[in-house]
Amino acid sequence: MYGFDYHRPTALADVVALLIADEDAKVLAGGQTLIPTLKQRLAMPSALVDLSAVPGLREIVAEGDGVRIGAMATHAAVARNALVRAVLPGLADLAAHIGDAQVRNRGTIGGSIANADPAADYPAAVVALDAIIRTDRRDIAGGAFFTGLFETALQPGEVMTSLFFPAASHARYAKFSNPASRYAMAGVFVAKRGDAVRAAVTGAGPSVFRWHAAEAALSARFSADALDGLVLDAEGLNSDMHADAAYRAHLVGVLARRAIA
Amino acid sequence: MTKFGIGQPVPRSEDTRLLRGAGRYTDDVRMPGQKVGYVLRSPHAHAAILSIDTTDAASMPGIQAIFTAADLKQAGIKDIPCVVPLRVRAGTTLHMKHRPVLADGFVRHVGEPVAFIVADSLYQAMDAAEAVMVDYDMLDAVVDTAAALTHPAQVHGDVPANLAYDWEKGNRTATDDVFARAARIVRLDLINNRLSANPLEGRACLAEHDTGADITRLTVGSQGVHDMRDMLAGIFGEDRARFHVLTHEVGGGFGMKLFCYPEYVLACFAARKVDAPVAWTSSRAEAFLSDDHGRDNVSVAELALDTEGRILGLRADIIANMGAYLSNYATYIQTDGQTKMLSGVYTIPAIYARVRGVYTHTQPVDAYRGAGRPEAAYLVERLIDKAAREIGQDPAAFRRLNMIPPSAMPYRTPLGHVYDSGDFAGTLEAALERADRAGFPARRAKAREQGRLLGLGIATYIEACSGGAPEAAELLVKPDGSVLLLIGTQSNGQGHETAYKQVIAEVLGIEPDAIAMVQGDSQVVKTGGGTGGSRSIPTGGAAVRDGAADVISQARPVAARLLEADEHALRFEVTDAGGGFAVTGSNRFVPFIEVAAAAKPDADGHVFRGKGKYSPPSNTFPNGTHVVEISVEIDTGVPRIERYTVVDDFGTVLNPLLLEGQVHGGIAQGMGQALLELIRFDTESGQLLTGSFMDYAMPRADHLPMIDFSLRPVPCATNPLGLKGAGEAGAIGACPAIINALVDALADHGVTHVDMPATAPVLWRLIHSAKAATAA
Ligand SMILES: Cc1cc2nc3c(=O)[nH]c(=O)nc-3n(C[C@H](O)[C@H](O)[C@H](O)COP(=O)(O)OP(=O)(O)OC[C@H]3O[C@@H](n4cnc5c(N)ncnc54)[C@H](O)[C@@H]3O)c2cc1C
Repeated sequence: MYGFDYHRPTALADVVALLIADEDAKVLAGGQTLIPTLKQRLAMPSALVDLSAVPGLREIVAEGDGVRIGAMATHAAVARNALVRAVLPGLADLAAHIGDAQVRNRGTIGGSIANADPAADYPAAVVALDAIIRTDRRDIAGGAFFTGLFETALQPGEVMTSLFFPAASHARYAKFSNPASRYAMAGVFVAKRGDAVRAAVTGAGPSVFRWHAAEAALSARFSADALDGLVLDAEGLNSDMHADAAYRAHLVGVLARRAIA
Repeated sequence: MTKFGIGQPVPRSEDTRLLRGAGRYTDDVRMPGQKVGYVLRSPHAHAAILSIDTTDAASMPGIQAIFTAADLKQAGIKDIPCVVPLRVRAGTTLHMKHRPVLADGFVRHVGEPVAFIVADSLYQAMDAAEAVMVDYDMLDAVVDTAAALTHPAQVHGDVPANLAYDWEKGNRTATDDVFARAARIVRLDLINNRLSANPLEGRACLAEHDTGADITRLTVGSQGVHDMRDMLAGIFGEDRARFHVLTHEVGGGFGMKLFCYPEYVLACFAARKVDAPVAWTSSRAEAFLSDDHGRDNVSVAELALDTEGRILGLRADIIANMGAYLSNYATYIQTDGQTKMLSGVYTIPAIYARVRGVYTHTQPVDAYRGAGRPEAAYLVERLIDKAAREIGQDPAAFRRLNMIPPSAMPYRTPLGHVYDSGDFAGTLEAALERADRAGFPARRAKAREQGRLLGLGIATYIEACSGGAPEAAELLVKPDGSVLLLIGTQSNGQGHETAYKQVIAEVLGIEPDAIAMVQGDSQVVKTGGGTGGSRSIPTGGAAVRDGAADVISQARPVAARLLEADEHALRFEVTDAGGGFAVTGSNRFVPFIEVAAAAKPDADGHVFRGKGKYSPPSNTFPNGTHVVEISVEIDTGVPRIERYTVVDDFGTVLNPLLLEGQVHGGIAQGMGQALLELIRFDTESGQLLTGSFMDYAMPRADHLPMIDFSLRPVPCATNPLGLKGAGEAGAIGACPAIINALVDALADHGVTHVDMPATAPVLWRLIHSAKAATAA
């Protein structure tokens, strides 16, 4: 770790003001990604602006036919929240399988999504359900939020405050864990809202993406065997020491079927 | 037998403090005014050091000193030695390259220490490390074991083909003859994967120099303080009386904490120079780069059979990765350590092994849980299984046919071990029965319906324990009858304290609470061989028993006086009420406590000083059978262990709870090697690719089913307590049993071998490509 200033403002406006005043300052949420990065001296922010004292950011409330989740809601809170379990049990289940108990008790949904790790779980849900991301200044559509490897549509100094997830007649996530990190080696979230089906894939590529061919097949017939004969093109998928692209492409097919069953 | 004696499931007396966080590990120790040591490590696998400039760094805040190889040289500090001599093959040369404390002229692996920075705080040291200017001229690197002999990159300029040693064992001509007339030769190429020990507690040390007494004290997480002290004295070229080594609680060693590492030498050196205590604690990232690794062999193994399937001979050609330098015992592990066990549990008339140790641009490789014996068992048990399959025999029947029968004990193997006892076919039978092998076909059919390929694997292992150095024990008895045990073995979490108390309770009949133990202090405990090779309980335990018997001898005259009887008429008796002397043929009795109270204390307040010493006449040979059922998901290749059965022969059992813990942990570790763990380096750059738990997969609780563990003991004929040792056994049997089971699961797909770690993508590809091949 290098030295940095630490702020813990109690109003969102103060957070934004601090971030605007200092472009090298960074928001601190659960710290499960940021703190290890600092400890390894891989980042050198001038200041950390801790969101933990800003009121209202942890709330989980019903809104319309969906649910609004505060950016500071921890994975554990989402996993056990009665409303989420009732409206989107697949989302609660996803949260329940992130990392370990310590990580789930500290790590937040906002931090996970802002970080946009290609192997993170939540991005698949955000894209498949087309969640709406609310920041201090605007709403961003889930489908437009993830722009690349660790890149999002957030502007410098922009702070996420909550996410809205609409209800879905089917919403389920299937994950294949990396044997070492237990992040997603591949993960597929399949959501069906009305007639529209979305299948979002995480872990397999540089950023979360939709498997359009599968979506088309499932929109025609929402059943696992509708995917028979469909194989995701391995071109452009991640290849690393844990698994090559061909294996990941194959896994996506297996997981998509499991996310429907 | 008494309530707390030998054979009882006494709970670990250590756990109360350890589980409450009250244990005292090295990094828990704090000295007034202590400084922090930090190692600047090489970012390159191979480079010439053109210059090191510490000027700017040395003037930064909080910096006490920065040391480089030049400072060590000036002070006459030697390299850290490899201490096991080796007789190499006739006509070849042994190239012993000892490990430098700080890189001198060249760096030869990523993470090699280049400079040691001593500062008031860790972050100041890290800041200064970034300001040390090292001018490197990068060179080509070789990391791959098999490639080292032919790779153009050379680790040491004067070591051709990176060949550290070329060594052999056994009768080559006789073995070749047997192969020439064999009805069948079975060949297996296999890799024993490189591992990192990754104990819960990382390495750490704290050095302080007592200027008045001129003694340097090192507190360090070790597996034995005496060897560490002697090693330090040798490196500093000083009398060993000038070093005092202390070890407190140790959170796992697995062999890796036996060794003397550069950081320990540096901390001692620095503490003297800056005249303040200097502490160094490894981060997890540093541990991956600086702890010695384990295993890393590439072997060709061959078995010669006659027409009936009897084994005629075994040949092994092994290439063993030494890393860039030879660690303390590196020359032993894959030579005698491994090859002496190549007979396994079988009658093999002729054995020949050749081992070539190679240098690579990686950190040193040395002992890791089993230290060569797991490598041997893996080679033998995989080869046996392959042979059975090739000749179409049932793997259990093939083993039975070739096993050494109990009637052949003591049995001398062609490579010089003498097995004292063991009923190998007996443990095999018992394990197959407990594993319900008869029901396996039905389970396999059911698994197939669920999209899984089920296989059953057997491994009947044997290993050598408790060899080598003698161990001494001293029992100091106070007038209140309490006992202080001094012993030079070193618990790394196994529960020695509990075990030794049981031996003392057995002999003297006193309560465990009245016994305390001192280990890990090279001044208080005069001698010690440390802990390794499962020697503590068989060797240390025998010494403790001896020491306790000596206490009885010393107490006898006192008891005779109290009982007004002749010494020869006294018998020491132990009952649940305690121990004491009885007069033969009468009901007169005096408890041990009263004898202690009546004895005259010496100047230190002790009434008796029992001394025991035990020199093992030979190794002991724990053995057993593992039977594993493992299923592979056809869709994904994911392996899942469905059933795990193990029947062991550890000789006499001292404490079944401790024993089962050792077996469970060993199996988990072996399973980790078989299915998950692998240290990888980039073959071009030599960079470590698995430098954290994000990429290095460790075993977790959900990887294992409940383990069905049972014992079928045959007491050891050469150990006075009948003990054989159990520290490595689980890790030895697990790898071959698991891989044999996987090969069984995939045999219908044409698979005859899969290297470790057998991960899901690897297994999936084997199923998938076989499918494609059959379809074509
Ligand atoms: C051992 C371990 C295992 C893990 N396993 C998994 C796993 O299986 N699956 C998975 O998906 N994740 C996993 N994670 C990551 C975990 O989910 C993290 O919690 C998450 O990535 C980051 O959330 P955080 O609240 O800790 O954010 P922080 O670490 O505090 O911040 C992360 C980044 O997001 C920014 N940020 C945070 N909040 C906001 C906000 N409201 N607005 C704008 N920017 C913000 C920060 O500035 C920083 O750049 C694991 C982490 C660990 C340590």
